[in-house]
Amino acid sequence: MEFGPHLILAILEGLVQASVLTLTALGLSLVFGVMRVVNVAHGEFFMLGAVFAYGVANSIGGAPVVGFVAALIVAPLLVGVLAAAADWLILRRLDHDPERTIVATIGMLYVIQQITLMTYGPDAHPVTPPFNQRIAIPWFEFTDKGLEFYFPWGLSTTSYKLFVVAAAIVAGLGVWLLMARSRLGLILRATQLDRETALAFGIPVQRVYALTFGFGAALAALGAVLVVPIQQAHYLMGGDPLLLSFIVVIIGGLGSLRGTVLAAILIGMSNGIISVFFSPTLAKILATLLVAMVLVYRPQGLFGKKPA
Amino acid sequence: MAAVILLSTRGLSRHFGGLRAVENVDFDLPEGEIRALIGPNGAGKTTFVSMLCGRIPASNGQITFAGRDVTRMPAHKRVQMGIAYTFQITSIFDALSVRENVELSVQRCLGADRGQLAAASDALLERVGLLDRAEQVAADMAYGHQRLLEIAMGLGQRPRLLILDEPTQGLSDGEIADFIRLIREVARDTTVLLIEHNIDVVMALAQKITVMNFGAIIAEGTPEEIHANEVVQAAYLGG
Amino acid sequence: MSRALTFHIGAIIVLAVLQFILPVYHSGNLARIMVLAVYAMGYNVMFGYTGLLSLGHAMFFAVGMYGAGLSIRLFDMAAAPAFGIGIIASILFSLGVGLLALRTIGVAFMIVTLMFSQAIYLLILYFNPLTRGDEGFVIPQAVRQVAGFDLSDPTTRYFAALLLFAIALLGMVWLVRSRTGRVLVAIRENEERARMLGYDSWAHKLFAVVLSGTMAGAAGAAYGLLFGSVGASFAEVPFSILPLLYVLLGGPGTVIGPFVGTLFMFYLRDISSSFTDAHLLVAGIVLVLLTMYARRGIMGVVRERWAKWLP
Repeated sequence: MEFGPHLILAILEGLVQASVLTLTALGLSLVFGVMRVVNVAHGEFFMLGAVFAYGVANSIGGAPVVGFVAALIVAPLLVGVLAAAADWLILRRLDHDPERTIVATIGMLYVIQQITLMTYGPDAHPVTPPFNQRIAIPWFEFTDKGLEFYFPWGLSTTSYKLFVVAAAIVAGLGVWLLMARSRLGLILRATQLDRETALAFGIPVQRVYALTFGFGAALAALGAVLVVPIQQAHYLMGGDPLLLSFIVVIIGGLGSLRGTVLAAILIGMSNGIISVFFSPTLAKILATLLVAMVLVYRPQGLFGKKPA
Repeated sequence: MAAVILLSTRGLSRHFGGLRAVENVDFDLPEGEIRALIGPNGAGKTTFVSMLCGRIPASNGQITFAGRDVTRMPAHKRVQMGIAYTFQITSIFDALSVRENVELSVQRCLGADRGQLAAASDALLERVGLLDRAEQVAADMAYGHQRLLEIAMGLGQRPRLLILDEPTQGLSDGEIADFIRLIREVARDTTVLLIEHNIDVVMALAQKITVMNFGAIIAEGTPEEIHANEVVQAAYLGG
Repeated sequence: MSRALTFHIGAIIVLAVLQFILPVYHSGNLARIMVLAVYAMGYNVMFGYTGLLSLGHAMFFAVGMYGAGLSIRLFDMAAAPAFGIGIIASILFSLGVGLLALRTIGVAFMIVTLMFSQAIYLLILYFNPLTRGDEGFVIPQAVRQVAGFDLSDPTTRYFAALLLFAIALLGMVWLVRSRTGRVLVAIRENEERARMLGYDSWAHKLFAVVLSGTMAGAAGAAYGLLFGSVGASFAEVPFSILPLLYVLLGGPGTVIGPFVGTLFMFYLRDISSSFTDAHLLVAGIVLVLLTMYARRGIMGVVRERWAKWLP
């Protein structure tokens, strides 16, 4: 394939990655923004979303669409409830102290991952996409006869991948509407701004925290349900989304939803594009070092003024 | 006979965004004096002394201590030169014992010899009346006792200049009387800069008083002069 | 001799005697535990004494391990100089990490260390032809010789591990009672106050990072030489979490705590692996329970209740 078509393909792949990453990172960003909690188990909630999606889609049977739609609703809900319960039972008792919470979520990471290994098993399982038409993409070249279009071999995407992008946009807009326009969003923003004052105004902060933690995890699970027809569900699949979400949230500025979305698109796209042309390992090395350097040289700007 | 100037500032300013917390302050403190720094809340007193000891950097101006320009010097070096600061909001090592707290203040000058450290610390604790609590965990003490511990930690550094930021806040009347006696004794070989709201303490201790308002010095003089000063009275009544 | 010193020398003697009493399987375990305990003690210098929580300590372990391992693999060095290279690499690397990471505090510090460590892990994978990536490589028995001693022999290996452990343990006893050690604790408790007592907190924190990283690197180099295997899994995130777990369990800010924590976790894992492959489940549950109910760890509680003199 020539460079041009190759680039188009890379951009398309990047878009799909960016879409899923946006949802996952939004969840992490929301939790950090409102609760000042770094949730290391976030990637495991992503993984749980994928595994539950497999479970739901499989147990329902029938047309793939039915199973997929059921998974789309049930899996994030289930993950959200689980996460909220974990917050209520564990993190609430640590007073959401930043250091202790990090350690506890590391523990939660292992518990979730290992219980999945013990029940779901070490194998990866696919979920059948609800629809999956191949869409060939035309390319052009200049010949003696002028501009000509043709369909290069290998340059294609699927209807499902386009659906993932569209679904992520809809979900992202939903989160924005919720935060900016709803009463719940107002309560979340008030809690984020000043926990003490929110408490004084009668906002049940602990319950808001549990809700936020659950909602953040549900967003990750939603991203996972979308991705699982493309990438199989596996108990170790939470690592990459966690790392990438960290990168996105730090580059985008913690707690800033707009920054998170922009950074997710940037990182998702560049990760997709770089992985097509270069080694994915090299791309990850550069990304991790970039994050470290951003934190080192602009810590206040990105993490706010909150020493632990 | 003009005393040696231990500390002076020229044009010292600190801005927080648009807020001018301290603006263009010229200040001289002769060696051996007890100086009180007073003014209404928010006058910039704590910001001013925080710049002196290096907790916050100056936006503009110059600080000279013992003949050296210390404006850009990091805090720990200034402390090593002899500027000790006791915090307005009590700042001690919560989880350590009272004795360990004081030992940490003493060991920089004395080294780490256990016996010497303990002896010096106990002598200090005796002076502030905390010796019987030496083994107690610092955070478990009453607030007034924590203030006294702060003062002991200030003294433990054997400073040339001791900056006390509202030291008597939360002390009982009896403790305040002890405090006044202690500072008089300390002042024989140490210069003292005292931020204080309790006017009785100021009158009992200060040889001179500097009054700040809105980030600037509005008056300076002996206690009698300040007492009679109309500008000062206006600042307090109006502020 | 003080009670503290007597106690720790006693512990070393007990460990030496155990080699002759324990069955081979357990003395083999104990050799491994002692090396890992040095790793945990290094972690404790930063976390337990100075209050710096690193989530990327595996990078120091890996730098020591690969520093020594690659010297042997690529340059045919002997074991002793390779160990030296591992240590030197650890010192330089932790100095660099400290200079950068200490510009951050709190949560940012944790994530910076995590990211650096991840970069090291990925670099090991990326330079697959040199490091053999995930698979790792074996240091052949013929090379694992120091001054006529065969480090692959179980008895020699045990005493080599004990020697490293004893140096680290007694070094820690000395450190925590020294002037520097007390300043580290002061920084952990209240950095601002420590600075305003005239201590250069930045220099002390840098010292803590370098000492901590070097101890972890020494453990890594020793692990490679004593047990013969070098692999990328020693640079992965879970291996960074292990010393945190050991120290939290054993007692942060106690000298013997990291060893106690390592011992308990090692056998907890050993026992649990007989009925499940998911041995990290135990680690996860212990982490959650420790943060919720036992922040002081085992030796922290012992010190509080029965032995106030314990450093």
